[in-house]
Amino acid sequence: MKFALSAAFASGALFGAGLAISGMTNRFVVLGFLDVFGAFDPTLLFVMGGAVAVTAIAFRRVLKRPAPACGGGFHVPTADALDTRLIAGAAIFGIGWGLAGFCPGPVLVGAAAGLRDAWIFVPAMLAGSFVAGRLHQ
Amino acid sequence: MGSIPITRSTILMNHWATGLLGGVLIGSAAVLLLWSIGRIAGISGIVNGVAGAAPGDRAWRIAFLGGMTIVGGVLLLFVPTPPPRFQTGPASLLLAAGFLVGFGTRLGNGCTSGHGVCGLGRFSKRSLAAVVTFMAAGMATVLVMRHVPGFSP
Repeated sequence: MKFALSAAFASGALFGAGLAISGMTNRFVVLGFLDVFGAFDPTLLFVMGGAVAVTAIAFRRVLKRPAPACGGGFHVPTADALDTRLIAGAAIFGIGWGLAGFCPGPVLVGAAAGLRDAWIFVPAMLAGSFVAGRLHQ
Repeated sequence: MGSIPITRSTILMNHWATGLLGGVLIGSAAVLLLWSIGRIAGISGIVNGVAGAAPGDRAWRIAFLGGMTIVGGVLLLFVPTPPPRFQTGPASLLLAAGFLVGFGTRLGNGCTSGHGVCGLGRFSKRSLAAVVTFMAAGMATVLVMRHVPGFSP
């Protein structure tokens, strides 16, 4: 239990460090990536490329193990079919992402660092999630 | 503008290099979480589970989010990456955007990390479809907001 929580904390710490170093907490860097017809900024492509390169190689090996190091099982989604809920959710998320340039990870790190815009965004994000959760009960 | 001499600090400020380094850290974090406790490092999913989860399913989420916000938040104050720290946008736009991001990630079961970093790493068809969809929607939104007259706030 202690090791599991330490591992979760360490993973979060690495994740947060990556978000801070990569510049993804700056919403204008993200908006620059989405601005393909204007002042395009490729930074996000390098962040996503670096991250997926690691997960694509290592996830396969990890999932071949009988169980996680701390026991229990792997909690990996098993659904494979596309549905409208998935696509509609992704589209709605994308519109919000394009309006502000914030997604859940970076905005939480930004809020922790005291970014004013993040402090406005986070409560609205939690409210949106709450409403969607209620609708889909 | 003249040419900028390449020094250690300009290398550090190169966005592609810090982006790649940050990306590798994020990917490693996702691998560590899956290897240790068998969980997917999708931030929206982790956040959503805090309130509704069974007691035994909550502690790791709080530990992860604590590590992420403490270390990320402190680093953000010191790392020489490009944050204009007190960026300001219209509050109404930020509120609307926040609501859509929360609603959409809950409905679609994932965000940039869950579907992007982790889902693509698992070669998930659903995640690929989600990533293509939210990137296209984001690009279309920025196109309208920045390049269609009358829309920019």
